[in-house]
Parts: sequence; C-alpha cells; structure tokens
Amino acid sequence: MLEIKGLRARAGEKEILRGIDLTVNAGEIHAVMGPNGSGKSTLAQVLAGHPAYEVTGGEVQYDGNDLLDMDPEVRAQAGIFLAFQYPVEIPGISNAYFLRAAYNEIRKARGHEEVDSMDFLDLLEEKLRLVEWGPEIMSRAVNSGFSGGEKKRNEILQMAVLEPRLAILDETDSGLDIDALRIVASGVNALRRPDNATIIVTHYQRLLNYIVPDRVHVLSAGRIVKSGGKELALELEAKGYEWLEQEVGAAS
Amino acid sequence: MSSSVEALVNKEYKYGFVTDIEADSAPMGLNEDIIRLISSKKGEPGWLLDWRLKAFRGWLKMTEPHNWPNISYTPVDYQALRYYSAPRTAKPLGSLDEVDPKLLETYQKLGIPLTEQKLLAGVAVDAIFDSVSVGTTYKAKLAEAGVIFCSFGEAVREHPDLVRKYLGSVVPASDNFFAALNAAVFSDGSFVFVPRGVKCPMELSTYFRINAADTGQFERTLIIAEEGASVSYLEGCTAPKRDQNQLHAAVVELVALDDASIKYSTVQNWYAGDEEGKGGIYNFVTKRGKCVGVNSKISWTQVETGSAITWKYPSVILQGDNSVGEFYSVAVVNGRQQADTGTKMIHLGKNTRSTIVSKGISAGRGQNSYRGLVKVLPKAASARNYTQCDSMLIGNRCGAHTFPYIDVQNSTASVEHEASTSKIGEDQIFYLKQRGLNTENAISMIVNGFCKEVFKELPMEFAVEAQKLLGVSLEGSVG
Repeated sequence: MLEIKGLRARAGEKEILRGIDLTVNAGEIHAVMGPNGSGKSTLAQVLAGHPAYEVTGGEVQYDGNDLLDMDPEVRAQAGIFLAFQYPVEIPGISNAYFLRAAYNEIRKARGHEEVDSMDFLDLLEEKLRLVEWGPEIMSRAVNSGFSGGEKKRNEILQMAVLEPRLAILDETDSGLDIDALRIVASGVNALRRPDNATIIVTHYQRLLNYIVPDRVHVLSAGRIVKSGGKELALELEAKGYEWLEQEVGAAS
Repeated sequence: MSSSVEALVNKEYKYGFVTDIEADSAPMGLNEDIIRLISSKKGEPGWLLDWRLKAFRGWLKMTEPHNWPNISYTPVDYQALRYYSAPRTAKPLGSLDEVDPKLLETYQKLGIPLTEQKLLAGVAVDAIFDSVSVGTTYKAKLAEAGVIFCSFGEAVREHPDLVRKYLGSVVPASDNFFAALNAAVFSDGSFVFVPRGVKCPMELSTYFRINAADTGQFERTLIIAEEGASVSYLEGCTAPKRDQNQLHAAVVELVALDDASIKYSTVQNWYAGDEEGKGGIYNFVTKRGKCVGVNSKISWTQVETGSAITWKYPSVILQGDNSVGEFYSVAVVNGRQQADTGTKMIHLGKNTRSTIVSKGISAGRGQNSYRGLVKVLPKAASARNYTQCDSMLIGNRCGAHTFPYIDVQNSTASVEHEASTSKIGEDQIFYLKQRGLNTENAISMIVNGFCKEVFKELPMEFAVEAQKLLGVSLEGSVG
C-alpha cells in the first residue's frame, strides 16, 4: 500500500529526514518510535503533505500513485488520515458541521452522493459509541475549549467517521490519561481491517500495550536505525533510546 | 499553494454589468440650481426645497473629513459628478407591470425578481436604480396591515406630514459633511411607517443599484416604528465595474417609539475596485437610530464586503429608559479596500443597554479599522455596554486597527470591552485540507466560524447569502 524509498525532507535550512525506507502493507500496524527530534513527527507531516516541509529526495508510492505529487486534500480524499499531535481549533463551526463537510468532500471525490444531515446523524451515533461520547459533543465548536484528551479523542472520532485506508497517528498518546488512552486504543483496534493500515508515531511504548503492532521501527537523526517485531518496543522501554544509539554508533 | 490562489484572486465580480438604458440626467456639477432641478423633478413642496438649500449652504462651509478616519484617498471633485440620473420613462408608473422590461431584467440578473409571483415569499422589495425607485412590491398587502412601505419620493407626495415630522430628527442636515451633502441632493430611498401596535407581517427590503457613470447615489431612508410596533428591514447593494470611483453618500434614520423595535440589516456588496485599487465605490454613509421611547430597541446588523472605501458608523441614541441598542458587524477588506467602520452607542436614559459585536477580516492589502464610541451621559443610571471586537488577518500585507472610545459620566454604569486579533495560519488551513477540504472551502469555513455570532442575527434567507458572499470576497486571499 505504502512504499517509501530514500525519503529526505527539510524544514527551512534544516534537513530532518535523511533517507527513510519503509513499506506498509494492507492489514498491518506499524509503530514508528524514536527520541525527540529524531524526525518521526516530520515523517507523519510529510506523508500528509504539510507545506512547511520540503521534500528534497526519495519517493513515496501510495497504491501505485506518486504520493508526493498529490495535494494534501487529494491525499485525504484518497484515504490518508493524519491524527494530529496538536489538533487545530475552529471557533464557530460545530463538530457535526465540520465532520459532515469532510465526510462529504471525501465521498464527492470518490464519486458518491453527499449525505444529508439526518443520514449523517445516524452514522455518527455508531461512531460516537466507539469513543464513548454522547451526541452533545457534536454541537460544540471543533476542538474549541476542548481539553488535550478531548482533542485526541476527537481525532479518533474523525478517523472512525472518515474510515481511512491509511491512518497515521502522530503522538496521539501524548498527554492522555489512562482512560483516554484505553478509549483511543480501542477505537483504533475496532477500525482495524484487512484492507487498511495504520502507522503509529509514538515516543513511548505504553500505547503499544493496547494496540499490538506488526512491525516496530526506530528512528534516529532522520533514519530508521532498527526494525523488528513488537518485542523491540519492550526492549526500548527497558533499555532506553541511548542503548540503541550506542549500539548503532558502535556498529557504524 | 500560491499559484492556485493567484488564479482565484481574479474571480469576476458578478454584478459588474451595465444596463444600457436611456437616462434623464442632470448636468454635471453642484450648485443651488441643480438642487432646485432635483426638487422640481420630484415635484417637491417648498419646505423641502428650503430644507435642501439650507443643508447645501451649510455643506459649503464644511470640509471633507480626511484627518480622523484611517482611510486615504484623493479628495472627491464634487463638481465632476452628476447628482441626478433616472431611467427615462414615458409616463409615471401606476404599477409594477409598467416597469421598463430592461429594468426588470436587470433586477432578475441580480437575483431580485420584481414580479410578485416570483418573489421570495414574505419579503417585500423596493428597488432603487440610480436616483429613483423603480418599484415596490407587496404594497397592497402591507397597506392592509397599515404599514406604509414606499419610495421616499412617494412618501413626500402621499405622506408629507410624516416625512416633515421625522426627516432630519435623528441625523440633522448639519450632522456631518456627507450627511449635509445628502440632505442637499438626496434623490430617492425607502420610507417605512409601522403604526402603533403593528408587527410588520413580512420582511422589508430595499435593493440599491448604481448604474449610470459619473453619478453619485444619495439615497435617504426613514423608518418609523410607533408605540409597540416592530419591523425587520434589509438592504442590499451592487454596482457595475467602472474604472472611476463612484460616490455613494446615504443617510438612514430610524425612529423607535415606546416598546417598538427595529431590526436593520445590510448586506453591502458595492463594486470594490480591481486588485490594484482602480475604481470602486466610495461608501460614505451616515446611519443612526433613535430609541425615543421607553423599552424600545434598535438593532443594526451589517455585512460589508464591497466598496473601495467604507466610512460608516451605524449608531443608536438610547434616549428612552430601558432601551436597547445592538450593533453586529462583519467587515471584510481584500485587494486594496479600506474600511473605517464601527458604531456609536449614546446612553441617555436609565438602565439602557447596548451590545457591540464587531468582526473585522483583512486580506490582500486591505486595511480594516474598527472605530467605536460608547458614551454614557450623567442621567443614564445603570447603563450597560458590552463590546466584543475581533480581528482576523489573512496573509502578511493587510492591516487591522481598533479605535475604541469610551466616555462614562455616570458611576453606576458598567462598560466591558473585549478584543482579540487572530491570524488564519497555515496550520489551520492544513488541518482542514487534511480532512479533504480544498483551500477555498477551508478558508470559507474558518471565516464563517469567525463571523457566526453576526450571521445568526441576519434574517435566515439572507444569512445563507451572506455566507456565500463572504466566500467569494475572500477567494484567493491566502498566498
């Protein structure tokens, strides 16, 4: 589904990604871990097409198409969803209106008819249960005055409604208490299907107690320095990132 | 992002067409003879001509205000303008059926059908074309309820006592430079009278269209709500695209007696000039309401997206005890537009209350200023004001300015002022694009959210129009 080869990117003058290779197949969950500043959030943003980053090398194929050539909204319409580390507030626009607009834009792009607000409410009801929310959240303005945990939960709700083919969760676990973490994780697990995939970007191992990854990759200074199974995350948790950086340093 | 945005910036102003119609125009220039000509064309009584001439003599001693407003433009050459232009008609019109088909077609193109069967249900329209009213719909139905809704010229002929009693009672002819000019040369406008105890059975609306070149539009609107009466009124405005600036200097006076309420909404979309600032309307308007009676209420809602320059402060004089004044405003500048707009709330009576919500949006190289005065006089015990003044910036070349004046002379009054400035950032737009919206829809959503508190004050049919208009005005504003 996703094939990244030699991806390099910079923000301003600073090169952040320095040659990323990563393949994600349908049905898989990948965890991308690494210390602060290793480039993991940049990878998530570059895949979604954030204009602050300039791709300077490499290629990314998504379902056989050149992902880097697509506008951010086209990527979204093609099924790429980024759960933001810092979701943006949109005062004055209700969560329901916003979500229906997004849902319909994506439907339109795929040649489906738009749904009206009544049909959309039916669909929402089921998705709200997934994040253990009542309908009152839908009349609040998008992320406006939401707590940090509520914002992250709202990202998962959006993901549940938009049903992406490739979801990228950018530090969705940071700043969550244990209950919110469980809700977020069960949401992600419930949406797991053989034809979609998830990339979880995280600093800590704890989210991976709830969402079991197929592959774990460790990023350091803009490169993937080690990949392995789910046990790699536990090893990192026990030994810390210094262990890996020393090991990589010794090997090279 | 910027290339698609550049393309969008040059989106056509869709009301910029010209109607080719033979006009009966006054010669260029302004002097007492021109004023006599206007007055005689309209068949006015002597007292009104005298009122005009007095205003004109006062105006000659005044100077165009250039020092205090935060706008800059070359002073207007008042002798290079025409002060009267009317579509030539063979005979006075008896009904809408006799209106020139070319005019009907013009309003059709503007989305304002004047034939009653095609009208928006429940909205009566007075259509003003250059200097005259070309027709008013639903007059008979309104008359049944006792409501008078007609052109100003007709009101002078049919209801001279009412006009004489209230004309200039809120905005005197000597009020300011543009109000004095209007008093001298005003051409037409709308007149509304809602008698005691009557709730006007439908929305009233006036549609202003400037067509002729080198012609100023100087309409005058007077709305009176007697004891316990209520009315909701909306005006819309467009003009053809022309390279020269055109002058629009209107006066609106509202009078609310005991327990009366007037809601006045404006959706202003005059031609704004091109992206380099060539052409466009100079919109110098004086609007003021007077809550004469106890428990009366006057509410202004304005959505200002057009005009090269906007100079406008819809105000309320809160004279009656417990009276309420409101001002809800969205002002958008893009390209080279300049707006200096806001309100004045003058608290005279006890326990008077006012609310000001101003949303200024600046894009392109636009300059947007909020200017507001809250004045509480010594007898206005327990007066209250709440002001919220928010500015939004789109891009790096525009400006937002705030000039609040607060003058409180009674210690029991309470006045609150809140202000904020925000910028539509790349992150906000990216967030919406990541959810599948294109740049245009993303900006439109953010801006509509920002303006929501004002839009919800508009009559429903027009709130939708206003949202669309805002989308069009801001297309291509981020680069």
